Amino acid sequence: MQAIADWFKWLAGAHGINVSIAYDAFDRARFLTGLTTTIWLSIACIVLSIAVGLVGAWLQGARSPIVRAGVAGFVQFFRNTPPLVQLAFFYFAVSAALPMVTDQFGARVPLVNNVGWAVISFSLFAGAFNIEIFRSGIEAVPQATMEAAESLGYTRLQSYVYIVFPLAFRICLPALGNNLVNLVKTTTLAYAIGVPELLYAAAQVWSETFNVREMMVVLLVTYVAIVAVLVGFMQSWERKLRIPGYNA
Amino acid sequence: MSHELGAPIVLIDGIEKRFGALVVLRDISLTVRRGECVCVIGPSGSGKSTLLRAINALVPVSKGSIKVDGIEVNEPDLDKLALRRKVGIVFQQYNLFPHKTALENVMMAPLHVLKQQKDEVEARARRLLAKVRLSDKEGAYPGELSGGQQQRVAIARSLAMNPMLMLFDEVTAALDPETKKEVLVTIRELAAEGMTCMLVTHEMGFAAEVADQIYLTDGGTIVEHGPPAEFFRNARHERTRAFLDQVL
Amino acid sequence: MNRGTTDLPVLLAPRRRIEAPGEWGLRDIAAVFGSRKVFAALVAFAVLSVAVAEAADASVRPGVFATVLKWTPLIATGFLFNLAVSVASMAVGTFAGVLLGLGQISLLAPVRGASWAATQFFRNSPWLVLLFFAMFLLPFELKVAGVTIALPAWFKAIIGLALPVMANVAEIVRGGIKSIPVGQWESAESLAFTRIQTLWRIILPQAVKRMIPPWMNLYAILTMATTLISVVGIQDAMTLTRGALVAEARTDLYLPLYAMLLLLFFIYCYPIARLTQVLERRFAVRI
Repeated sequence: MQAIADWFKWLAGAHGINVSIAYDAFDRARFLTGLTTTIWLSIACIVLSIAVGLVGAWLQGARSPIVRAGVAGFVQFFRNTPPLVQLAFFYFAVSAALPMVTDQFGARVPLVNNVGWAVISFSLFAGAFNIEIFRSGIEAVPQATMEAAESLGYTRLQSYVYIVFPLAFRICLPALGNNLVNLVKTTTLAYAIGVPELLYAAAQVWSETFNVREMMVVLLVTYVAIVAVLVGFMQSWERKLRIPGYNA
Repeated sequence: MSHELGAPIVLIDGIEKRFGALVVLRDISLTVRRGECVCVIGPSGSGKSTLLRAINALVPVSKGSIKVDGIEVNEPDLDKLALRRKVGIVFQQYNLFPHKTALENVMMAPLHVLKQQKDEVEARARRLLAKVRLSDKEGAYPGELSGGQQQRVAIARSLAMNPMLMLFDEVTAALDPETKKEVLVTIRELAAEGMTCMLVTHEMGFAAEVADQIYLTDGGTIVEHGPPAEFFRNARHERTRAFLDQVL
Repeated sequence: MNRGTTDLPVLLAPRRRIEAPGEWGLRDIAAVFGSRKVFAALVAFAVLSVAVAEAADASVRPGVFATVLKWTPLIATGFLFNLAVSVASMAVGTFAGVLLGLGQISLLAPVRGASWAATQFFRNSPWLVLLFFAMFLLPFELKVAGVTIALPAWFKAIIGLALPVMANVAEIVRGGIKSIPVGQWESAESLAFTRIQTLWRIILPQAVKRMIPPWMNLYAILTMATTLISVVGIQDAMTLTRGALVAEARTDLYLPLYAMLLLLFFIYCYPIARLTQVLERRFAVRI
């Protein structure tokens, strides 16, 4: 480890390529904190957005036209407006309309902090896309399969849980994977509201050490690596769920 | 057939089914006794499949009454589960659940719907698959089975619910001649054991062999019915004779 | 994972109701402007948010609605700037992306490899990071043939946004070309067409139609991404909205002004999304 750090130090001195996080403990700590925040943010948003997607897809099959229109409006709103403006809307506007609470030090703080709003905003954003993705998956399950389930005595809920969702999920897994990759990339927007994620940490490092070029490369490589891990995970999941003889 | 026929368990009285302006079933009445094997034949579009689906409450009827073992099917608070425990239906397109093996397909409904014990259910499923001569395909997925094999698994799946009435909706229509035979043999054995069956079929030879009563439908009504000997040799109505001329 | 489509969340296979190919009917045009239920739900939301803000403010100050209207022209000008950036970025990105996409199907392995690497690299990078990348690393002036050209910030932003567009267009182009059946290539070859002739005269004309819906979808996403330029310090509709809020210094304006900004983008992007759906359905009918 020390050898690598030394090599980078030499690189900085001899060629001016200053990858400070490799040899400077403080910068590295900041970078790693940013990385951890990004990963936690991504995981939280992935889980919540899938939940939003499942609930929304279920509600879209509801009997009441008001519920269906409500879900459709929700989806169209989040699909056709910029995620950055959505984030600002939640963090500045909605937050101002909510009551303030007193924190442990007796100070008046907003009900939800910036990380919280980032999670809410991104989960709803990705969740709206997930609703459409899950809905398409459900519609791709043949009517005949649902009829067979019904004729065996399955209730609507049971047939969804045991038969429709397992099939629909396999069908929409590629699109879901793409959406989750997009979600991970969208977490960088949290920079705009001061969430200490990876981009923020990198910006802190380069604003002090003036090694923008190097940090940029490190940043891009790191994100490509995170996405590659997620894609690898999704593909192995796809493979595990594959049904022999099924054309999907 | 040689066994005793019992009391009537299916009483269909004056049912009518409309799809918008199209009348698919018109004043149909028929009775099926326990242990009886009834075949419904007729040209395409004469409402045969709709009739079967109506008996199993997959399709609601506009008028009339259908009683299955005392349960009135055409009523708003029908206990669908109770009905489907008594009636099994096998479709033309097998409709097996592609994400489960053959054995699991047969086990699913008793496990999830009837909430029976897993060991019991598994043993019965194995017996049923042996009965349809597919013991060696227990672990295969539907995508790996031929059409005839899938259809036999579908029959076993419906039998797993221990019904008193089995409905077969043109189950051999999608099969080629070799695989057709295996399915017909299975149905014949079932009928010989005393299972009450209603078959919609185009297989005249099979109908003649296995049926106790044959009904001819045309344009949504029953044109003629009778035991096979009478039906095929001394058809009373002109339309019956015309139809038989066409197909035999 | 890629089956002739982008990594962007476009709708999956079009819904069951397939319309026959033919003239543009009234139904197609109406479909572009959205279903009545959705529209009604959104108008209700907009009215409700304004009503809430209005009700919250009972003092003598000028009403919320009036203030929002006062600022709308300025913010709309900022929005037009966003649109200009989106058009420019799309043009640059499409041009570069087509080249990159054709590079991905090149017969020369190094070209293929390099194109594939570049596409994957720029596709998997967050747009904001690429924007920073361009803003910081592009020089602030170019010295070409003795002439010094200053590169303004918005120019760098356009390049920065064009990078992910380029990668996505490359994928769309590659996917579109791959979706043309192999039989087309084979019959062209048997008729002694060269590879370039085949591409130009046979494959691309058919593929272009299939590329249009995802390309339009990409444009909608790009338009929404132009708001990122506010994070790197360029004046656009978002910075103007924030400026308006600072100028007015009223907390009850936050919801309505941001809602208005959202509405501006929605009014522009929603018809594009519907048009994309309509086109997808029409093009799906052909084999």
